[in-house]
Amino acid sequence: MMLPAAPQIKSFTPRPDLPPPVGAVGAIGWLRTNLFNGGFNSVLTLLCLWLLYKVVPPISNWMILDACWVGGPEMCGQSQGACWAFIWHKLRVLLIGTYPQEQLWRPSLVGVIFVLLTLATVSGRFKTRHLLPAWLFLPVLSFWLIGGGSVGLPVVDQSNWGGLMLSLGLAVVGILVSVPLGILLALGRQSSTGIIKPLCVGIIEPIRGVPLVTILFMASVMIPLFLPADMQINNLLRVQIGIILFSSAYMAEVVRGGLQAIPRGQLDAAKALGLNYWKMTLLIVLPQALRHVLPSLVGRCIALFKDTSLVIIVGLLDLLGMAKAAAQDQEWLGHNAEAYVFCALVYWCICFSMSRYGRSLEKRGAQQTR
Amino acid sequence: MAPIINFFKEEFLMNRFFKLLLSLALVMALAIPAAAGVLAEVQKKGVLTLGVSEGVAGFSAPDSKGKWVGFDVDMGHAVAAAVLKNADAIKYVPLASKQKIVAVSSGQVDITSRTTTWTMKRDAKQGVDFTVVVFYDGQGFMVKKDLGVKSAKDLNGASVSVTSGTTSELNVADFARANKIKLETVVFESKKEAFNAYLAGRVDAFTTDMSQLAAMRTTTPDPSQHIILPEMFSKEPMGPLVRHGDNQWKDLVTWVIYGLIEAEEKGITQANVLEMKAKSQDPVVKRMLGATGDIGSFINLDNDWLVRAIQAVGNYGEIYERHFGSDTTLNIPRGNNNLWTNGGLMYAMPIR
Repeated sequence: MMLPAAPQIKSFTPRPDLPPPVGAVGAIGWLRTNLFNGGFNSVLTLLCLWLLYKVVPPISNWMILDACWVGGPEMCGQSQGACWAFIWHKLRVLLIGTYPQEQLWRPSLVGVIFVLLTLATVSGRFKTRHLLPAWLFLPVLSFWLIGGGSVGLPVVDQSNWGGLMLSLGLAVVGILVSVPLGILLALGRQSSTGIIKPLCVGIIEPIRGVPLVTILFMASVMIPLFLPADMQINNLLRVQIGIILFSSAYMAEVVRGGLQAIPRGQLDAAKALGLNYWKMTLLIVLPQALRHVLPSLVGRCIALFKDTSLVIIVGLLDLLGMAKAAAQDQEWLGHNAEAYVFCALVYWCICFSMSRYGRSLEKRGAQQTR
Repeated sequence: MAPIINFFKEEFLMNRFFKLLLSLALVMALAIPAAAGVLAEVQKKGVLTLGVSEGVAGFSAPDSKGKWVGFDVDMGHAVAAAVLKNADAIKYVPLASKQKIVAVSSGQVDITSRTTTWTMKRDAKQGVDFTVVVFYDGQGFMVKKDLGVKSAKDLNGASVSVTSGTTSELNVADFARANKIKLETVVFESKKEAFNAYLAGRVDAFTTDMSQLAAMRTTTPDPSQHIILPEMFSKEPMGPLVRHGDNQWKDLVTWVIYGLIEAEEKGITQANVLEMKAKSQDPVVKRMLGATGDIGSFINLDNDWLVRAIQAVGNYGEIYERHFGSDTTLNIPRGNNNLWTNGGLMYAMPIR
């Protein structure tokens, strides 16, 4: 007898998925979702493409393909594009101004120390209590090395300082002095004791009320007229003080924002622990307040660095001023565009690095509070 | 761009405030009696503080090695050589346009040698004295070479691009009326636009100050295709200035520059100055170069003052050739800056 055949179990295997429609994945899908989702965006995309097509080839031709990279003024005259040889020839002037040739090693040494210290700070491997004195010592050392006048170094007058060296010098000293000064002004403005508050308001508000150009102009042009004839304060020093005052007034307002964000309870708790005013401020209030306002503080520092380019109106030839002056050299006339592009690049590199460093500081701060 | 735009906005707003403060300060500066003479100060310091521009092609600009060079700078070298026996004993102070008067009236610099037009207001009211006109600048025309024009008087019926809101438009009209020709002016917002219109062939001629015409011409692809016509039809006389009230110093700077101009007239050059001093029979040359007499003592210097100045920079003509001559990129025709004997305005007072 035959056993009934085992019922045939049909195993059901699903068919492989169909590939998604061509229009939804891959390059085309990406284009659809990101660039052509809807009529308006498609038009915008096409417009941008057209703009890029119109702008990018001429710029890249000028900057790279047709550019003249080496050679003298004659070579540059023949090429249609940018003349980067000009920048190369003028690099010395752009970096350190009219600093005497035979003393070149002095600004170079300062530059190397500055770069090393910056790298050390950015790497985050060194403790603040080691870095801070180093940064405070740097301007003193630089001033001595660049200015000379003692221990065998011949004097190099301030009128010879220029270029990027001057921009960075004004900015670094400006930041190092105006941040603490701004913090003090902000604390003073919060103070409830007698004369301090009106005094701080009296400093901050008038300075915030006038443009930096006015302050620079006053410092450089007006002050000498009011001083007695035999008393001459160096132009650079006057301008530096002007920049510091201007910047610290703004820093003060930034810091005040952070101070106001500290909850009242924190202060009461600190007082309950028996901390005096300075301990409370340094240990409880400032660390939190500064962390709150770090992004704006970094923003002010970047702005300060960029503001130094205004010193050209008082006859100090910083990076931008030197770029303009260099383009007036008889042999190299007509290379303003290259000079400005170079300046823009240098300014961007420095400001972007400052901004990135600010971001990393914020992240570090956030980790510590967790 | 933002800071620049802000700067102009602010400058406009602050103008009245500045003017008020500036006039106040000037009154104070004028009230301060001139202390020790600048000459004594310069000799004591051993260095001449020279106010220069922040870079004007041909007049003063830093070269690739960071040394200041230019026509205005050479005037400073001449004075330094005469006073300090060292043409390079100069401290350069770049001055922005707004500072150039105040810097010298307040004693920050000993001389400002920086493309400054001699005007009555500056001379009489702003606490400075002009010494000698070293460069007669003024409005001129530039045309394309293939137009075949040699003189501005041949421009009858031509169109000229000018900048709006400046006196240059009026000057062109006056020039046309005076010479009984018709010129059609086409007005542009900025100098650069006006120049581009000329380059593009929309107008026949372009006009601005001669020294700027020359500087702008060098930025064209082929500068030799453009010529600057010799006629100058506005007054921009430029010269070094010193502090008002120090006549001893003013006399010294004035006569050093007259010496350079007179040297060109007498054929004394950087190369032959010593030979001329030793051999010349011309009583004027002998007196100038200190072979006879005691001319130097008139300006409180020794008798070799002019010899040193000429050795340092050459005579006026040589200085002009070095910075504006036909071998340079600027190539500005001498025109009014020629010696009076050659039909120009350069005329040194007699050195005796």
